[in-house]
Amino acid sequence: MFSRDRWLEIFDSIKKNKLRTFLSGFTVALGILIFVVLFGFGNGLDNTFDKFFTDDALNTMWVNAGRTTKPYMGYKANRRIEFDNKDLEDITNRFAFYIDGITPRISESGNIGYKLKSNNYSVRGVGPFHQKNEMTIMMQGRYINGLDVENKERNVVIGRLVKQDLFGDEDALGKFVSGGGRSWKVIGVFQDDGGDNEERIVYVPYTTLQLIQKNTDKLQQIIISYKPEIGYAGAVTFENQLKKYLKQKKFIDPTDPRGVFIRNIASELSRNDQFKSGLSSIILFVGIGTLLAGIIGISNIMVFVVKERTKELGIRKAIGATPSSIIGMILQEAIFITSISGYIGLITGIGILKLVGNTLEEDYYILDPYVDLNTAILATFLLIGFGAFAGYLPAKRAAKIKPIEALTDK
Amino acid sequence: MIKIKDLHKSYKMGSNSLHVLKGINFEVEEGELVAIMGSSGSGKSTLLNILGMLDLLDKGTYDLDGVPIKDLDETKAANYRNKFLGFVFQSFNLINYKTALENVTLPLYYQGFKRKEREEEALRYLDNVGLKEWATHLPSELSGGQKQRVAIARALVSKPKVLLADEPTGALDSKTSKEVMALIQKINKDGKTILIVTHEEDIAKMCSRIVRLKDGVIMEDKKNKMVKAI
Repeated sequence: MFSRDRWLEIFDSIKKNKLRTFLSGFTVALGILIFVVLFGFGNGLDNTFDKFFTDDALNTMWVNAGRTTKPYMGYKANRRIEFDNKDLEDITNRFAFYIDGITPRISESGNIGYKLKSNNYSVRGVGPFHQKNEMTIMMQGRYINGLDVENKERNVVIGRLVKQDLFGDEDALGKFVSGGGRSWKVIGVFQDDGGDNEERIVYVPYTTLQLIQKNTDKLQQIIISYKPEIGYAGAVTFENQLKKYLKQKKFIDPTDPRGVFIRNIASELSRNDQFKSGLSSIILFVGIGTLLAGIIGISNIMVFVVKERTKELGIRKAIGATPSSIIGMILQEAIFITSISGYIGLITGIGILKLVGNTLEEDYYILDPYVDLNTAILATFLLIGFGAFAGYLPAKRAAKIKPIEALTDK
Repeated sequence: MIKIKDLHKSYKMGSNSLHVLKGINFEVEEGELVAIMGSSGSGKSTLLNILGMLDLLDKGTYDLDGVPIKDLDETKAANYRNKFLGFVFQSFNLINYKTALENVTLPLYYQGFKRKEREEEALRYLDNVGLKEWATHLPSELSGGQKQRVAIARALVSKPKVLLADEPTGALDSKTSKEVMALIQKINKDGKTILIVTHEEDIAKMCSRIVRLKDGVIMEDKKNKMVKAI
């Protein structure tokens, strides 16, 4: 393996048999290239899927109120349903078994200003648990807490871009911003992975927002995180029970499809998981298929190569080459060629993925296509291994053949 | 140099067995130039294959330079071939993508010589057969006679005890045949033991001894007054 002469012999044979070398190398390089690119695209699709569903906590349901469509118990249809603080409390108590955290959300838009700068932002009145629901990451300071809600403090948590807009490089923490004719104390700055819009939000205690909205106790939306251990089935049960309870409480016809609407990520996720696993198996199937085609290709070429060299091997045997030196020479040459070309295929494939990687997101929903290097290397070794194996059998036969048979002209 | 006693060889042909060599007794002294003659089917090629360890014997003994040749596995046979024997074939059997020089160095490569020694030695032998200037040419650029001379240089470079030639002039015209035979006679004169399988009477006459085979037995074995090739 490490003999310089053996290598020189191999280089000589490679140099003088360019077509043969090219054929076996090309097969392997192409096989690996296609495998890497396909697998990368597959992973890209996977990533797109993941991105859609990782911004918010996965064990979350949104409870929204709307208008009824059916008359019920003396109430006419098209009645507007609203939640209030009492509903929040009742849900919390009644479904304590399921609930991990609960928070209301009141959304509106407001003009927030600091010194001479001001801008319109979406303002959300929330409870402390909202941070976990939205997976809000604090960069500075803290989030809205229980005391803020209880005391209806005029505290505000601003998004990274809000801070950038209004404060620039200046430190925002502890400063006062104006909003709705009042001044609010900045207690925290957050970032969010959900994109720029999610960072142009201002959070305030929902009680404070209710207070300045003429002291109502209405809530637009209730967001609930359930305990992950209840699982998918538990989440669906919870959703059904909650819907039933709220319809009863708000006097809505149990058959009315509107009135109360619950969006449960668990059910969406399970649907998408099915789709995604279907996609993954297709990708796996295609990947394995490509690899298999590559293996068959390299095997064929190895058989052809050994067949073509039968006479040469017979000559070598007649002048004193041992069977093991013949098998060794063929295998070493095969492994050398497949390794080099496999590497070329690997690098080219990864290069293509890098090159087109960021241009495919919008049109093809392929985000950040990549191949796990281990997978790619495994595939390369698989091809090399099978190439060597495929070469070994005919090489062994060629080494066994009597020189006189290899040398007779036919 | 070569001692063969009661050599038998048969081939299985389906359910039948074809008895090709039926008890050959045969000795060759060092420095002899022996022609083995016979029509096709006489067993001359089989005998040469067994002598060249390219085929195994069924029964009998074969000693080469005092070494009993038996229990041959492929590796052992390869080592003996490399050490004891040089081959010359009818169709030259040069490796077509290697130059004349590289072809001649190949046996030395399998003997484990260093690259520089291989090339020096090979060049010396190419010079001996008069092809020093053609060292860097590919076989396709050489004439038939030149190819056979390269093949002879390759057969001799490993300093074998015996040179085995299977119809060495079979693919050459009569003029080139004579040149090649002249070279073989010169090598023999330098002391090399040589066996030539041929079916051409005038080639046989250029040897010092003629062995005639027919139907697997030696019919005639006589000394011959060597005719000079040129």
